[in-house]
Amino acid sequence: MNTATNMQNQSTALSISPRLAKNVRRNIKERVIELILMLAALSAVFTTFAIVAILLYESLGFFKVVSLVEFFTSTEWTPLFEDAHYGIMPLVSGTLTTSAVALAVAVPVGTIGAIYLSEFASHKVREIVKPMLELLVGVPTIAFGYFALLFITPLLQKVFPELPGFNMLSAGIVMGVMIVPYIASVAEDAMRAVPMSMREGSYAMGATRFQTAIRVVTPAAVSGIVAAYILAISRAVGETMVVAVAAGQQPILTFNPMDGAATITAYIVQVAMGDLPHGSIGYQSIFAAGLVLFALTLGFNIIGHVVRKKFREQY
Amino acid sequence: MINATPALKAESRDLNFFYSNGNQALKSVNMPLYENKITALIGPSGCGKSTFLRCFNRMHDLYPGNKYEGKIVMHPDNTNILEAGVDPIEVRMRISMVFQKPNPFPKSIFENVAYGLRVRGEKNKRTVADKVEEALKGAALWNEVKDRQQDLAFNLSGGQQQRLCIARALATDPEIMLFDEPTSALDPIATANIEELMSELKSKLTILVVTHNMQQAARVSDYTAYMYLGEMMEYGDTDTIFTRPTRKETEDYITGKFG
Repeated sequence: MNTATNMQNQSTALSISPRLAKNVRRNIKERVIELILMLAALSAVFTTFAIVAILLYESLGFFKVVSLVEFFTSTEWTPLFEDAHYGIMPLVSGTLTTSAVALAVAVPVGTIGAIYLSEFASHKVREIVKPMLELLVGVPTIAFGYFALLFITPLLQKVFPELPGFNMLSAGIVMGVMIVPYIASVAEDAMRAVPMSMREGSYAMGATRFQTAIRVVTPAAVSGIVAAYILAISRAVGETMVVAVAAGQQPILTFNPMDGAATITAYIVQVAMGDLPHGSIGYQSIFAAGLVLFALTLGFNIIGHVVRKKFREQY
Repeated sequence: MINATPALKAESRDLNFFYSNGNQALKSVNMPLYENKITALIGPSGCGKSTFLRCFNRMHDLYPGNKYEGKIVMHPDNTNILEAGVDPIEVRMRISMVFQKPNPFPKSIFENVAYGLRVRGEKNKRTVADKVEEALKGAALWNEVKDRQQDLAFNLSGGQQQRLCIARALATDPEIMLFDEPTSALDPIATANIEELMSELKSKLTILVVTHNMQQAARVSDYTAYMYLGEMMEYGDTDTIFTRPTRKETEDYITGKFG
C-alpha cells in the first residue's frame, strides 16, 4: 500500500503536468495577495498599539511626579501655574457634561429621524434627505464651533440672561446637531436591514405603520441602533473644536451646562498650541489627559459592545 | 362526498390585479371560499396563487402602485374588502395570515402571541394571558413552551416557530386564515404537525392555503383550485380535481407532466 502511493507520488513529482505548474503559480499569487491584505489590516492594529504605547510611555513620566491619588481626587487642574494642581476631574466633568448635552439632543432627534426615514418617508423623500444629512457630516467642526459661539449662545442668552459667553450648553447643543446625521444614518441602515417579512408579519396582524415601526422594526434593529449611539458617544467625547471655541478654556469642576468649562480635548488643543518644552510636566500632562480620554472612549465602547451582544437579534 | 353545500365565507368576483410595474398578475379570477373548509391553491411558480392569497388581507397595499380591480366579498356582511373605503387594517383584523418562512418578532414567545391583542389595545393582563394560552393550545405548542413563555421566540425550532406564527394569527379569533406555503421551509415531521393542525383549525375558521406540494393539497384540503398564468383554470372539490380533472392542463400538472 505504502510503496504504491509512494510510487504514485514519485511519478507525479517527476513529470509535473502543466496543470499542476499552473496551480503552483496560482497558489503563490494567492499567498501574496493574502499577505498584502493582512498587512493592510495589521497597519490599523499597529497604529492603535503605537498610539497607546506612546500615551502610556509619556504618561509614565507624568505619573512619576503626580500621584494617582492627586490625579483623580484633586479638584483643580492647573499644571501650567506656579502653584500647580493636577486633578483631571474638572476636565472629565467638562467632557461628560458637554457630551451629555450633545447626546440629549442627538439621540432623540437622530432616532426619530432614522425611524422616519426608514419606515415613513417615501422613496423620493429618502433619496433627497439622506444625502443632505450626510452632507452635514462634511461641515468642518470649527464652523460648528463658531456657529455655537456667535449664533446659538446669543440666542440662548435671550432665554437665560445670566448665561456666560462661553458655556457648555451651547457647545453641547451644537455638538448634538452635528452628531444627528451619524445616528440617523447608522440607525436607518440598521432598520432598513430588518427583513420585509417581519414587517409584513406585523401588518398582517392588523398593526398600523407606527405600531410596526415602534414595536417590531425598532426592537429588531436595536443592536444597530445601539451601535449608532456608541459611535455618537465616541464622537462627542472626542470632539475638540466646538468645545474649544464655544465652551471656554477654564478647567472648572462642574456638571452645570450653564457654566463654561474646559474639556479634555479643549485642554489638549490649548496646551499643544503653546510652546511647552519637550519632556516638561506640562507637556507630559497632555498625554495623561489623552490617556484618560482614550480610557473614557474605550469604556463606552466596551459598554456598547456588551449591550449590543445582550440585545443581538438574529433573523 | 360533500352532501350539503356549505356556507359561503368569501368569494372573489372578476378579480384582476396589477403590480406597480403594470404586470397583470390575476385575470378575472372567480372563486368561492366555503366556511370551515380548507381551500388549496395549486399551480406552477409565478401562476399568481400567492398574489391571489395576498389580495385577501390587502397585503399588496404595503407596496405603492399596486392595483386591484373587481371584488372580494366577505359573508355574511357582504363587504367588498377591496373597496377604497374599507380600511385594510380592519380587513387584516378579520383575516390573518401565516407566511412561507416563519417570521416571529424579536420578542418573547408570550409577546409574539400577544402582539395582535396589543395592537388592538387590549390592556387587561388576565385577558391577554388567557388568550395567549388558548392560542398556544390551539396551535399545539402549549405543552412545549408553557414553562418558557418569556424566552426569545428565535430560540424555538423552525417547526415550533411556524406553530408560534399560527398561534399569533389565532390569538385574535380571525374568521379566515391565509397560509402561504406554510411548510415549504420545514422538515417532514414539522410539516405533518402543521397539516394536522390545519385540519383541526377548520372547525373554528376558514382556511385558504397556497401549496407547491400536491400531496399536501390532496391530504388537507376540501377544495382545490388550479391556477395558471394568473387565471383560475379549474376549481372543484379536492377528490374530483385529483381523480377526475375536467381539463387536460390540470391533469398534466397534477400528474407531474408539467410544472
